[in-house]
Amino acid sequence: MATLNVLILVCLGYVVLLFGVAFAADRLAATGRSTWLRSPLVYTLSLSIYCTAWTFYGAVGYAARSGLEFVTIYLGPTLVMIGWWWGLRKLVRVGRSQRVTSIADLISSRYGKSNTLAICVTILAVLGVTPYIALQLQSITLSFSIFAEADPSGIYNEGASVFWVAAGLAVFAILFGTRNLDANERHHGVVTAVAIEAVVKLLALLAVGIFVVWGIAGGIGPTMARIDASEIGTWGVDRGRWAAITFLSAAAFVCLPRMFQVMVVENDDERHLRAAAWAFPLYLLLMSLFVVPIAVVGLDLMPEGTNPDLFVLTIPLAQGQEGLAMFSFLGGFSSATSMVIVAAMALSTMVSNHIVMPIWLSSQGGGVSVSGDVRDIVLFSRRVSIAVIMALGYFYYRLSGGGAALASIGLIAFAGIAQILPALVGGLFWRGATRIGALAGLTVGFALWVYTLLLPGMGGSFMSEAVMTYGPLGLGWLRPQALFGIDGIDPMVHSVMWSLSLNTAAFCIGSLASFPSPLERLQGAQFVNVFDHSAGPRGWTGSVAQSEDLMIMSQRILGAREAQEFFHAEAERQGGRGYLPEPTPTFLERLERELSGSVGAATAHAMIGQIVGGSSVSVEDLLAVADESAQLLEYSGQLEEKSSELSHTARKLREANEKLTQISLQKDAFLSQVSHELRTPMTSIRAFSEILRDTEGLQPEEQTRYAAIIHDEALRLTRLLDDLLDLSVLENGQVNLNMGDGSLREVLDRAISAALTGSDRPLRVRRHRGSERIPLHTDLDRLGQVFINLIANAQKYCDAAEPSLTISVHDVGGQVVVDFIDNGSGIPADAQSMIFEKFARVGSDKAGGAGLGLAICREIMQRLGGEVSYLAGQEGGAFRVSLPLAYKQAAQ
Amino acid sequence: MSAGPDTEPERAVAPPPVFLERQSYRRRRLSDAARLLPILGAGLFAVPLLWPSEPEEAGAVSMSSAIVYIFCIWVLLILASAGFGLAARTHGGSDTQGPERD
Repeated sequence: MATLNVLILVCLGYVVLLFGVAFAADRLAATGRSTWLRSPLVYTLSLSIYCTAWTFYGAVGYAARSGLEFVTIYLGPTLVMIGWWWGLRKLVRVGRSQRVTSIADLISSRYGKSNTLAICVTILAVLGVTPYIALQLQSITLSFSIFAEADPSGIYNEGASVFWVAAGLAVFAILFGTRNLDANERHHGVVTAVAIEAVVKLLALLAVGIFVVWGIAGGIGPTMARIDASEIGTWGVDRGRWAAITFLSAAAFVCLPRMFQVMVVENDDERHLRAAAWAFPLYLLLMSLFVVPIAVVGLDLMPEGTNPDLFVLTIPLAQGQEGLAMFSFLGGFSSATSMVIVAAMALSTMVSNHIVMPIWLSSQGGGVSVSGDVRDIVLFSRRVSIAVIMALGYFYYRLSGGGAALASIGLIAFAGIAQILPALVGGLFWRGATRIGALAGLTVGFALWVYTLLLPGMGGSFMSEAVMTYGPLGLGWLRPQALFGIDGIDPMVHSVMWSLSLNTAAFCIGSLASFPSPLERLQGAQFVNVFDHSAGPRGWTGSVAQSEDLMIMSQRILGAREAQEFFHAEAERQGGRGYLPEPTPTFLERLERELSGSVGAATAHAMIGQIVGGSSVSVEDLLAVADESAQLLEYSGQLEEKSSELSHTARKLREANEKLTQISLQKDAFLSQVSHELRTPMTSIRAFSEILRDTEGLQPEEQTRYAAIIHDEALRLTRLLDDLLDLSVLENGQVNLNMGDGSLREVLDRAISAALTGSDRPLRVRRHRGSERIPLHTDLDRLGQVFINLIANAQKYCDAAEPSLTISVHDVGGQVVVDFIDNGSGIPADAQSMIFEKFARVGSDKAGGAGLGLAICREIMQRLGGEVSYLAGQEGGAFRVSLPLAYKQAAQ
Repeated sequence: MSAGPDTEPERAVAPPPVFLERQSYRRRRLSDAARLLPILGAGLFAVPLLWPSEPEEAGAVSMSSAIVYIFCIWVLLILASAGFGLAARTHGGSDTQGPERD
């Protein structure tokens, strides 16, 4: 007979082995040689913490009471795993990309990092999981007591054993769950130990099953016959419960904090899901394969009144198979311990990140950046949380007395945890889901669960018989197990139906009626479209001065060396040197994720917010940014305008410069021309005056001739100087115009007579007097001067045998033009461009002009607002004088 | 000013090709089937709802046949899921960015 002492020794040995494995795995993971630790096999096995002692012991009891209904607990998770493509894949991707630390963190992160929501989920989880932990304690204690009964020599104290079991589990969870504040929250040691326990419990149950089927019942056929002959021999499952529990177990599989921990947080590689999609259902199938045979054989063999929950232990014991019983005990022990450890870890992360840390932070005022290591505080708060959670479980067990059937507690916990489902699924698939909606849904679901399932399940001390039968205050339609007067449903189905449907309704209505904050909308987009952009803009902005504060804060959470390494790497990534990177949005986002791995998304967000100055993505800030960019646009517009103005000015300056250079050249040319023009007459004047002075005996007629030459040359000089003066006056714009009225004909008459008077060469002038009757309002003398000049030119330069000049007046585009066309050979094309320049003369100097006439004409016409130009393409020399339209109109 | 539907500006991005290569077509249908699997499973697991729930009723299903049915469906689903996983891996589904680590 196995003594209790042997059992305790084996137990301790097993625990030591687990410690060793966990320790070795942690060491291996630290050195990075842990490829097999991250295999799909370990991942699948770690998922098996779904199968707790409730499964190991309770399933058989469940089957003994309700037949095949127990299998629904496994069918739900099977469907979820097989349909991993629909939901789990997205959940894991979101969890990895957002560095989520727990289910509360995920919900909070999705709904704008709301800590209120995180607290709600945490409370719900603690309330749901505490009875579950109590259940595990109970199962361990019960199994101990089985051995104690069989060992009369042992002194067994149930209360003490439960205390020591709870304390031992707490120590294990603290040692391996909070050894380090890992940035990615992965606990290789714990996961490996859990995987080993998974193997142990599977093998133990299979061993018992094989022993029962082949050892006792005598093979598959006789077993089946035995099953059909037993009291659960026919299919008798309540239809509502079958569907409801399948659904419930599927929901709980996703929402349970410990499942979330191993499935999402500890996940190393998304592709492991694909292997787990078939391997985990296989594990569940094997776990439930022998449940019904064990139950049936137990019902047959064991005396009336034996607790069917412990058939797994009592059958081998009764058959004298002590080794098998011991193995089976270890299996149950494994199921209980692995569940408790992971659940305590997951819950402690939630409690510490979402309740303890925010309280501690706010109690510290604004001083996140005060130096000092926060890691110790985080770790300490987690350890305390684990201890508190274990204590809660222990006291729950002591208070409830451990009498209730195991399975019912499990189902109640499932229904509570499943209240997270609408917020979770809505958050992953519906961008319109909001924080208000999630809060409303959780609150409604939670309240209904407590009212319809938890309190009635806990018995008379919490809810009186009167309330159960007649409703609170006698309101019959509020009876906890028959809401709205709908009676006759199984209490479980009733509660699940009402709480989840009203939860979902509140969630939808709340979401539809409220408006999400910008951060919520950003996070919503990142969650729902996680496959499109696993990283996205979240928009922190900061200044360089804040880097140091961030550094101080990060050192406290990540540890000095890790934080320095992280900052250094970031600074290098930004292309700089030194240890302080620019607080760019990318860097801040990365830092936030790094921190959220240690303290949760909401806390990390709040901490960075404290230093950087609030989330930069409020509507106000967006508006400010929009304003700023509008200002920038305006400013750049102004700049552009200015720069175009500048380039315009520069171009003008360049032009002016060119002009100045040209003018300077012109001036030089002009001076040399003028001196040349002056020199020629001066030379002859000097020469002839010298002759007159020095030559004796000049004939009087010779004297007269020489004096006449001197006179002529002096006249020419005077004329030249007059012209120059005239030109300079015109060019400087100092000329005074004598505006007067007259007709074009008169001006032409005067000009022709003045030009041809005293001419020795005949010039025939053709006119069309009829068209010349045009009234003018201009400086008539100056206009006449232009005409005289043009007519005189024609007279001087026309080389035809019978020179004639045609003066024609017409209207070209509303402008009066006067053309002077002679019948000579005209001006050669290459000279046409320069005839209006000063001192320009075409051909030989036979007429003795100074070459200023046309230049003066052009200046005059410019002053008068008209134009004189050479008209190419006529048979002879041709000039066109355009009279300004304004003068004509003004005269009308 | 006639802004009919035919005057709308052309989309700059060319639409994806209507027809896929045979292999990617197969792969997509494969993932469709994988997605349908849980629905099929839920349906098959719901079949017992049609069975008479009271042991006294006529035509009551014996426990052994119920067990055989449930576990057969279960094995079927596991095999199908494993098959799809294997097929997705050999087909080099779009979600695989490299060889499996193990």
